Amino acid sequence: MSDQAPACPMPHAPEDTVTLAHGGGGRLMHRLIEKVFLAAFTDPALHEAHDGALLEPCPDRQAFTTDSFVIRPLFFPGGDIGSLAVHGTANDLAMCGAQPMYMSCGFIIEEGFSLEALAEIARSMARAAGQIGLRVVTGDTKVVERGKGDGLYLNTAGVGRVVAPDPIAPVRVRPGDAVIVSGDVGAHGAAILSVREGLAFDTALKSDAAHLWPQVRALLEAGTELHCLRDLTRGGLATTLNEIAQKSGRDVCLEETAVPLRPEVEAACELFGLDPLYMACEGRFAAFVPPDHRERALRALRAAGAAPAVIGEVGTGPRGEVRLRTRIGVERVLDMLSGEQLPRIC
Amino acid sequence: MKYLDEYRDRRAAQRYAKLLAALTTKPWTVMEICGGQTHSIMRFGIDRLLPPGLQLVHGPGCPVCVTPLELIDRAIAISRRPETVFCSFGDMLRVPGSRSSLLEARAQGADIRVVYSPLDAVELARRLPARQVVFFAVGFETTAPMTAMAARRARDLGLKNFSLLTAHVLVPPAMAAILSAPANRVQGFLAAGHVCTVAGFSDYEPLARRYRVPIVVTGFEPLDILQGLCMLTRQLERGLCEVQNQYGRSARAAGNQAALAVLREVFEPCRRQWRGIGPIESSGLRLTPPYADLDAEKRFGVQEIAAQEPRECLAGEILQGLRKPHECPAFGTLCTPERPLGAPMVSSEGACAAYHRYRGAEANRK
Repeated sequence: MSDQAPACPMPHAPEDTVTLAHGGGGRLMHRLIEKVFLAAFTDPALHEAHDGALLEPCPDRQAFTTDSFVIRPLFFPGGDIGSLAVHGTANDLAMCGAQPMYMSCGFIIEEGFSLEALAEIARSMARAAGQIGLRVVTGDTKVVERGKGDGLYLNTAGVGRVVAPDPIAPVRVRPGDAVIVSGDVGAHGAAILSVREGLAFDTALKSDAAHLWPQVRALLEAGTELHCLRDLTRGGLATTLNEIAQKSGRDVCLEETAVPLRPEVEAACELFGLDPLYMACEGRFAAFVPPDHRERALRALRAAGAAPAVIGEVGTGPRGEVRLRTRIGVERVLDMLSGEQLPRIC
Repeated sequence: MKYLDEYRDRRAAQRYAKLLAALTTKPWTVMEICGGQTHSIMRFGIDRLLPPGLQLVHGPGCPVCVTPLELIDRAIAISRRPETVFCSFGDMLRVPGSRSSLLEARAQGADIRVVYSPLDAVELARRLPARQVVFFAVGFETTAPMTAMAARRARDLGLKNFSLLTAHVLVPPAMAAILSAPANRVQGFLAAGHVCTVAGFSDYEPLARRYRVPIVVTGFEPLDILQGLCMLTRQLERGLCEVQNQYGRSARAAGNQAALAVLREVFEPCRRQWRGIGPIESSGLRLTPPYADLDAEKRFGVQEIAAQEPRECLAGEILQGLRKPHECPAFGTLCTPERPLGAPMVSSEGACAAYHRYRGAEANRK
């Protein structure tokens, strides 16, 4: 084939956006991987460029999790989809009493997505993973046609080394256990709300997205007996407590006034007719500990930089319900929602 | 939070509860008109602080709940047209029509967008000149002025691709309808503070006199509602039927004149169908002649679409205070927030949804 022969030309690619050709497995894709992903992620296992990562042997039990991230907008006050994916994956492992060790990430990118934004998200992931020594060891890239994605979706998997001496699970919840929340709730949901199209309002509010492993490690190092841990994500505190109540078959009694709330979160919720107890968090968890370990748990969490609060206790009732003592001192059921909370009309 | 915590103070609430118990010597049935008040009552558990003789029934003041079935069907028909972008408040999306909901229409490909203000829909129409943007105008006197502002803005911008599917309703005619029903049990009203902030409450004087019922314009926080109930009970016990204003920090007798002026420019009262209740004279709003070309029903020829309400659903009786949600045989079984039969199970302001959410398991055990 001479140099002049009509060859299938290299697809024309604008320099600043992702095209279908970037997902085609050819030279453009390799350039994308090199310029964006390998530039951000420096783990030797990833740079081996093998089909899979080879991990070191681990003598302990291991925890394994997967998660997907479809958040909109991709950049929000206090984070972006990349840092969120790392926090979310690592936090699921931390809730198993496991130190997050390895993670993978699949990028599903919509044609036309900004390369600079992609690079920024990759760097943000790398920074978030580096904070707790979590290694991003393998990944994947796919490009979908314009209109078939929402900019960028991420899918992750994570592996952790279980360091908790006893199992951490809803079945270990006992009557009398103290229910501790690791900090104020709902800031992530309110921060996302504040930048949603059509809703945007001015606020200094930032997402609470953060790693929970340092706090869990502090609890474990202090010798706290942990019956159950659960991070408060979609559906917020109310949904998480309902899941634990149902799984454990124990009633959970919650004191509304004890739940820590930032005034800005409360104000945003009032404005839109939303209940902060159902607002999403990305850096908070609930811990169920026996009453004689309560103070030890609070001390450990504070030492790890958290602002925890005891918000209730496990009752003797066998129904698996969450009961809330409201601000005016009346008790009622705190149920799960059937779907997403919708802003009220008036 | 300032200006909020004060109205949710536990000790003050307990003091009001004691006062209310001391005031109540006979059984009374009173209605809170507004779905927002129903929501507060259930959320904070205010009904559990009341003396046994004082019964609260929940009124028709949930805009989502009273929007007639045929209007939902018309909304769905409009939304399915390829040229339309259908804009609605989020609450309306899940309301079941005869066969489906706007949410299902969206899943099947209709371009339906949730907006938080009618002005957002006008902005959308400006940005998308090739599409027909329709706003589903739902709500009481509280939201109607915003729709009126949107209509005026669309006219000022000369937009030919913006229209309104109007389902606005007015509170006082509905109160009159409840009071003149033969089976009426309501002896006094907590009127909706927000509605009165906009529309004033001079329209309530003739109602109070004619039907001999006390009416207290009341806010939405626990202490507002408890204080409103004290004022109402005091009148009932003394045989008075006056209009009183508990919500003085916001509502005035004459209302918000600027809002009312734009409302009167764009809308005029008309006979309107209420879901579960039927037609009520002068209880709805339609566009005035200068704005009539914004009428989406005419523009898209959907006036003929009619609908039959499901027989199992007692929404009408519940919205008139004749029954409580958990007394409906379909409550929690055939009708749940996931699969609602009637609109009161949909909106967070709907009495059935409030019972299900805050009393779920308990109400079902009864």
